[in-house]
Amino acid sequence: MGEVNALDRRAAVAALLEGRKDVLVVTGLGSASYDVMAAGDHAMNYYLWAAMGSAMTVGLGLAMTQTDKSVLVITGDGEALMGFGALATIAVKAPRNLTIAVLDNGHFGETGMQESHSARGIELDRVAEACTFPRTLRITTMDQVETLRAHVAARDALTLATMKIRADNPPRVLPPRDGPYIKNRFREALGFSPI
Amino acid sequence: MAETQWQDDIYRVLKSHDIRHIAYVPDAGHSAAIKLAEADNEMTSLVLTTEEEGIGYLAGVHLGGQRGALLIQSSGVGNCINTLALNQMARIPLLMVVTMRGDWAEFNPWQNPMGQATESVLRSMGVLTWRADTPDDVVPLLNGAAGMAFNGDQACALLLGQRLIGEKKWVK
Repeated sequence: MGEVNALDRRAAVAALLEGRKDVLVVTGLGSASYDVMAAGDHAMNYYLWAAMGSAMTVGLGLAMTQTDKSVLVITGDGEALMGFGALATIAVKAPRNLTIAVLDNGHFGETGMQESHSARGIELDRVAEACTFPRTLRITTMDQVETLRAHVAARDALTLATMKIRADNPPRVLPPRDGPYIKNRFREALGFSPI
Repeated sequence: MAETQWQDDIYRVLKSHDIRHIAYVPDAGHSAAIKLAEADNEMTSLVLTTEEEGIGYLAGVHLGGQRGALLIQSSGVGNCINTLALNQMARIPLLMVVTMRGDWAEFNPWQNPMGQATESVLRSMGVLTWRADTPDDVVPLLNGAAGMAFNGDQACALLLGQRLIGEKKWVK
């Protein structure tokens, strides 16, 4: 506690994705998806619209198959909390090309800004550290966002970063909702054909 | 429980469908497949804290161009319900092999509610299901389920009945 949640979420996500090249991005449902969409739609974005708690495990599956590419999961603190146990599952495999960026405003932004566990003393980066993640970061400045972007590109250690963002709701920028379209577009960008 | 031929067959059939990832929550009925997967350098095996993690993981595996299977108990099907929306809405293939509890000759009645609901819950969430109750059922049904999963971008589950697995001995 006592951390300042001051980062602008849209600016932080845009900076994290700047010059992304072939980074594979998975987004948790809700505001994290809107932030990534606002930074620019991309064939290598996989937007989740449901299955709350699954963003990190989808990222793990991608990281374990696309081992020569950086995989970046961008999700909210509420979505990550629902998949809490996955931190243990992911830490056991510890793929070096996986980075989890948790946009942490301490609130459930999509449902009326109720305070989440992370506003009540639970720090996800400390949980990840306890789960033996080799690198955990708590990001409060834009300079640190740039450092995280360099880690994503380097693919040198499984990383979880909490990004302390302001609790506000910028206008929604909606990604496509057609599940097969998002999936087939993503797979095609990796060279795979539809059935 | 003694391992039997059909248990080894499950792993052989999975391999024949180019399954490269086994995500699991352990069960005695899956012990042979889990042991073979953990010993196989060409297989990535992933132990889960809860079953729905495997649905996300295998969706990522599919996005990344490979195939996997989820080995769980019937009680864990309940944990998967909401997450199965992902497979239905995105048409992401899923092959589940589910060992049944609360199905036949169950000693622990607390297993019965989820065991009795397992098949209808899966069907309610758009998963195609088959039941194997004899050893001869296992190979053809698993072959068929795997084919329909990966040729059709479909969620498919093979349920392994308690008559196949055998009664769990509670008192030795």
